[in-house]
Amino acid sequence: MNSKNLRLMALVVALVSALAVSAQQSIAPQAKPSKDPAGKQSTQKQDEGERVFQQHCSRCHTAPDGFSPRIAGTIVRHMRVRASLSQHEEEELLHFFNP
Amino acid sequence: MRSAMFAPMLDLSFNLRSRAAASIRGFLLVLGALSTVHSGFALDAPLISGGVGFFTQTNAGSTTYYPIIEPLLAAPMGQHILVESRASLVEFFSPNGGNDPGYNHSHFIGLTYLQSDFIASRHFTLVAGEYLIPFNTYNDRLSPIWISNFQDGPLIANLSFSSTGSGLGGMLRGNAIQRNKYSVDYSYYYSARSVNAQFGASKGNGGRASLYLPDQHLEMGLSYNRLLQGTHENFYGAHAWWEPKDTGFRLRSEFGRAHHAQGYWVEADYRTKAFGGLDSAIGRIEPVFRIQQTFRRDNVVTDGLPPVNTQRADFGLDYNFPHNVRILSSYARQFSSTGNHNVWETGIVYRFLFPAWKGKQQ
Repeated sequence: MNSKNLRLMALVVALVSALAVSAQQSIAPQAKPSKDPAGKQSTQKQDEGERVFQQHCSRCHTAPDGFSPRIAGTIVRHMRVRASLSQHEEEELLHFFNP
Repeated sequence: MRSAMFAPMLDLSFNLRSRAAASIRGFLLVLGALSTVHSGFALDAPLISGGVGFFTQTNAGSTTYYPIIEPLLAAPMGQHILVESRASLVEFFSPNGGNDPGYNHSHFIGLTYLQSDFIASRHFTLVAGEYLIPFNTYNDRLSPIWISNFQDGPLIANLSFSSTGSGLGGMLRGNAIQRNKYSVDYSYYYSARSVNAQFGASKGNGGRASLYLPDQHLEMGLSYNRLLQGTHENFYGAHAWWEPKDTGFRLRSEFGRAHHAQGYWVEADYRTKAFGGLDSAIGRIEPVFRIQQTFRRDNVVTDGLPPVNTQRADFGLDYNFPHNVRILSSYARQFSSTGNHNVWETGIVYRFLFPAWKGKQQ
């Protein structure tokens, strides 16, 4: 591998690493599927969201161990494409991530 | 598909420099495009996800070390559009061998896919761009390094009309039927021929239909695609997944058949909940087993499968650490008429997931 390619690869690695460090520092509350909602209605939504997660997402992968609430909607949108979720299921899953 | 993607790396017949430069240009282009996205929702910030890992593989006595990064970008645009892309950056190191000290190394950089999704409803999502071909399940669902249980994909992972695992064109996918007891998903795609270094693709079309039974946690599906250039060939696939509820056990399997070869794999993994749940020290241990066979139907080797009938058994032991860190280790024994050999693999993967840039909390 020549030095130019090494520099290019190092640049991309550095970019991703810098973004990772920067973003991790900016993440305040960590969103994680919660099992301690406040009320009954909220509990039902949690259960529905958990059902959506179990039936659609966890067939392929486990839940990520914490992430910024700012990207919860993007994650759910991504899953909507991958798992052909309805808008209602998308909302339930979003509530599951952000009770 | 990862194994297909790495195969060209070992064949240095194409221009790596231009491909690497094009990949980085494409990746930075997407990153730049994301920076222009103005999301109307506090939860819809563009994200960077993916995996970074370090793997070793000793295949028939030859050891290869490879650090790898697979970043994924996703950015919603409005209520119905999602732009997403995944890339792969790998550097391979292997000892020179003999009396020659030092290491030989080579690299691969490439976009795995770059697509735009328009979500009309749960029944219709239109995908345009370079997409992962949904033939069977491994390629589009299990190939990311932060998902797969083994470092390398199954032997039939390359079995499709496109050896790169991606198509260039359009795809329609969605949910055809949704009931309480079952659901049916589908996809249909068309790919144009392209000889572009970064967006190479074959001309072909195909589709996949899968049935899911939520009470039984059982999924079954059929895949088909057809090469529409040169000698037109058909490819057939079938898959079955079973994940019994509340057991931590998963069984996945695929069968693929092409004009010149066919094969299958069956994979099982298990995490026990008996000793404090999945997040306990014991529950994080994940034994994995995979068996696979390939069979040649004739002597024409154009499909990426081994040139002779091959059997292989993989025994893995993974450990799922907190904070998205995972250790993968496995031993495999491969049998064929050209010789039997062992494959040892160890590696560590960290899955990252964060907003694409800093933003104000709302």
